[in-house]
Amino acid sequence: MIKTESLTKRYGALTAVSDVSFTVSPGEVLGFLGPNGAGKTTTMRMLAGFVGATSGRASICGHDVEDDSLAARACLGYLPEGAPAYGEMTVRDFLNFVADLRQLRANARTRVNAVIERLQLQSVLTQSIETLSKGFRRRVGLAQAIMHDPPVLILDEPTDGLDPNQKHEVRTLINEMAGAKTVIISTHILEEVDAVCTRAIIIAKGRIVADDTPQGLAARVPSGRLDDVFRSITA
Amino acid sequence: MRNVGIIMRRELVSYFATPLAYIFLLIFLILANLFTFYLGGFFERGQADLNPFFTYHPWLFLFLIPAVSMRLWAEERRSGSIELLMTLPVTLWQAVVGKFLAAWAFTVLALVLTFPLWITVNYLGSPDNGAILAAYIGSVLLAAGFLSIGSLASALTRNPVVAFILAIAGCFVFLVAGFPLVLDAFRGWAPQFLVDAVGSLGFLTHYEAISKGVIDIRDLVYFALLITWFLLATAVVLDVRKSE
Repeated sequence: MIKTESLTKRYGALTAVSDVSFTVSPGEVLGFLGPNGAGKTTTMRMLAGFVGATSGRASICGHDVEDDSLAARACLGYLPEGAPAYGEMTVRDFLNFVADLRQLRANARTRVNAVIERLQLQSVLTQSIETLSKGFRRRVGLAQAIMHDPPVLILDEPTDGLDPNQKHEVRTLINEMAGAKTVIISTHILEEVDAVCTRAIIIAKGRIVADDTPQGLAARVPSGRLDDVFRSITA
Repeated sequence: MRNVGIIMRRELVSYFATPLAYIFLLIFLILANLFTFYLGGFFERGQADLNPFFTYHPWLFLFLIPAVSMRLWAEERRSGSIELLMTLPVTLWQAVVGKFLAAWAFTVLALVLTFPLWITVNYLGSPDNGAILAAYIGSVLLAAGFLSIGSLASALTRNPVVAFILAIAGCFVFLVAGFPLVLDAFRGWAPQFLVDAVGSLGFLTHYEAISKGVIDIRDLVYFALLITWFLLATAVVLDVRKSE
């Protein structure tokens, strides 16, 4: 469960995110759409506790992301934009490091092996992350996000820069994992919304301009195409 | 505490994943020995002690320690991995302390590798090994002080080279704070107690006291407070600027 109330972030005179309120329940996969620079990443960073809100609040599984930050982060699997990682580490070392910090202790080995299997990382385990292809790097980022089997997943552009096959794989993965989890994915690829999301929020210039099911959004224009909805709302 | 250990271990291992660690160790050992034998006149003095070795440590550290500390936070911010680290369930101070301890452990390793000098001096004569141990402790503390300044410098920028230069400048100011160079700037206008306060902030006074074999609790408190203050400042800076 993710809840935001009037979440706002200003950088000096620039308002990056303005008065954003929404609730995402378990079982929902929310697509976070919007043009580049609309405030998607800033909103997700506030949810992950990486950027402090100027005003408003947000909670993850009932834990306020600022007042009860560690508990909120413990419930959350987060893939930052661009899937940053420690480039000089091998994939296995990196995953072990994340498992250690996730306090998995006795379960660490089982969980690390489970995510390796799930994201098919067996062939690159001893490679350093900086030598990996973009697709593998993204998969390592996803692996670290689901390491502790979190009830809430926030994935910032999980398919950005992947080829069509890899995109398909990642979407299948998200569909499989969704189940009872609360998921937010940000994207500017509209086909993705049809493929994985149960609901979509369109954000433009920091404000929510639409919040509906993908079908509901498509019904807003005569053509029934999400591209046209997107352009008519955000242009 | 467990998280501090995990972060420290990761950081320490990552030093050795690149040639940086080996190059650093090599250059440190070469320079330490050059200073001891040529500038310090180790043989010519005809005394069985390591004073020529320890005398040059502050100046050696001035350039080499910032090379260790420059990547601590600048690299995390440049590569974006700080976003990953800070969204894992670890507190800021665990990360700051963990990384600082990794850098410190690395410099302690560099100092440990100077043991052939100690063996040499024990072979040639019978030095006061207690005094040598005290001097090593002084060096370890001095390195920690420099590293804490370097940690703050590294948090201030995402460019490791800028962090390196900032750290050298910061360490230099603290190194020479007890010298006329700095004190004269205060003498003209500041009350005597302020001049004394600035003078007592200098590394060199405290380092030399310890390396003469006198471990005074006041010198230890000085280093502990200074390191704590700079690590706190690192955490404050990171809290404000981590996402920039």
